[in-house]
Amino acid sequence: MSAAEELRGEVPRAEEPPPEELHEVRVVVNGAARTARVPARRLLSDCIRHDLRLTGTHVGCEHGVCGACTILLDGAPVRSCLLLAVSADGADITTVEGLAAPDGTLSPVQQAFSECHGLQCGFCTPGFLTTITAGLRAVADPDDEQAREMIGGNLCRCTGYQNILASVHRAAEITRERAASSSPAATKRAAAPAGHA
Amino acid sequence: MKPRPLGYSRPESVAEALAALAAPGVEAKVLAGGQSLVPLMSLRLAAPDVVVDINRLTELSYVRVADGQVRVGALARHAEVLASPAAAAAQPLLPKALRFVAHPAIRNRGTTVGSIVHADPAGEMPAVLALLGGTVCVASAAGTRSIPAGEFFLGPLESAMEPDELATEVQFPVLPGPAAGTGFAEISRRRGDYAVCGVAAMAWLRADGRIGGAKAAYLSMAPSPAVIDLTEAVAGGMPDALSFPAAASLARSRLQPEPDIHATARYRRQLAGVLTERALVDALAEARETIDA
Repeated sequence: MSAAEELRGEVPRAEEPPPEELHEVRVVVNGAARTARVPARRLLSDCIRHDLRLTGTHVGCEHGVCGACTILLDGAPVRSCLLLAVSADGADITTVEGLAAPDGTLSPVQQAFSECHGLQCGFCTPGFLTTITAGLRAVADPDDEQAREMIGGNLCRCTGYQNILASVHRAAEITRERAASSSPAATKRAAAPAGHA
Repeated sequence: MKPRPLGYSRPESVAEALAALAAPGVEAKVLAGGQSLVPLMSLRLAAPDVVVDINRLTELSYVRVADGQVRVGALARHAEVLASPAAAAAQPLLPKALRFVAHPAIRNRGTTVGSIVHADPAGEMPAVLALLGGTVCVASAAGTRSIPAGEFFLGPLESAMEPDELATEVQFPVLPGPAAGTGFAEISRRRGDYAVCGVAAMAWLRADGRIGGAKAAYLSMAPSPAVIDLTEAVAGGMPDALSFPAAASLARSRLQPEPDIHATARYRRQLAGVLTERALVDALAEARETIDA
């Protein structure tokens, strides 16, 4: 093979590999039924980003160390880079896009990150938000040790973690505040002045 | 960082799974939690022709206590074993060790049986199984067999299982009678990382309240879990002692760890001694509680 032939593009191509068998994956993502056709080797993280076009889930290390790709699978935080998409068939998935209310109101954890500067570059944030959302469902009012345990599997290279810890505590507080203000007693109190007017 | 093209089989029954594993000329790997297998495939350190996904075999998703054993099915996630009050009551070492297995997000998906079959010398659960003298129950198209822990771990990531076999259940013996207790201690660079050194220990008391004996299993210290009988170093001693220098020295003398980027062999041996003492203190406190209770 001469250099000239190579330049003319006459290099014999490696034989095309046979097309991969595709498998249908049906999942409910952030409340919506979605379907994708993927090869068996497609990681769930790639399926979410490329096939379902939800790029809020970030891919960091791709071998389960960094936690950036954490999603909620049937409510429990898992690393989406450590699952094959085919294996998630039938699952209920929540990604970071599913945390805010439909009207755009930030979830308590998102609100807390905003208030406490729990992020800088934001790359690791989707993983922290999903992890802490599930963490606070299990432990509603974590102490410092429990908060550290909650986020122990997620890496952040900007914040030094202190503001993220503060965000965990603030998120617990916001959750309680919102629950109190939406309870029947609180609604009655809020409605009372209007009644007088 | 992506797996090689891969065949996929998702059996709906154990029999179907065994048939898929028995297919001739095909390298098949069982996929349960996948928390070790998927990264190995992504890093192309593993490249099976087919994965046999057993996540639909919900009949293997159990943790129960029967016949003196905590029986953990192949699909029980670490988090489920950790959260089982029955398992914790029957064998308190299980939750003590499971808290050190990676992170909650990994424990939500990874299975206890899978981590044992993976046979990582840095794994907590292989050491627990080795210490307790548990059993791995495996099945293949040809039949079933039980492999004692002592014969199961052959080396790093190498077990006595054949390629066509599926581990269906692991059995951890319950804590023997009153006056016995367990402890677990581990040092890692960061929370949830692989252990630089870890120790699972069991100790028991004599009728006169003094120490009857103890044994310990070590992770990250040998090609497979290393079990050391510490009885000669502790027997007859006071169970409320806060240090066990003879046991620490015995452990250090028996272990020949390899150095790596995380720790020198000398540091690992030092840790083995210190952690042996911590795990013994923990185990003897538990043993005394079982008598008081």
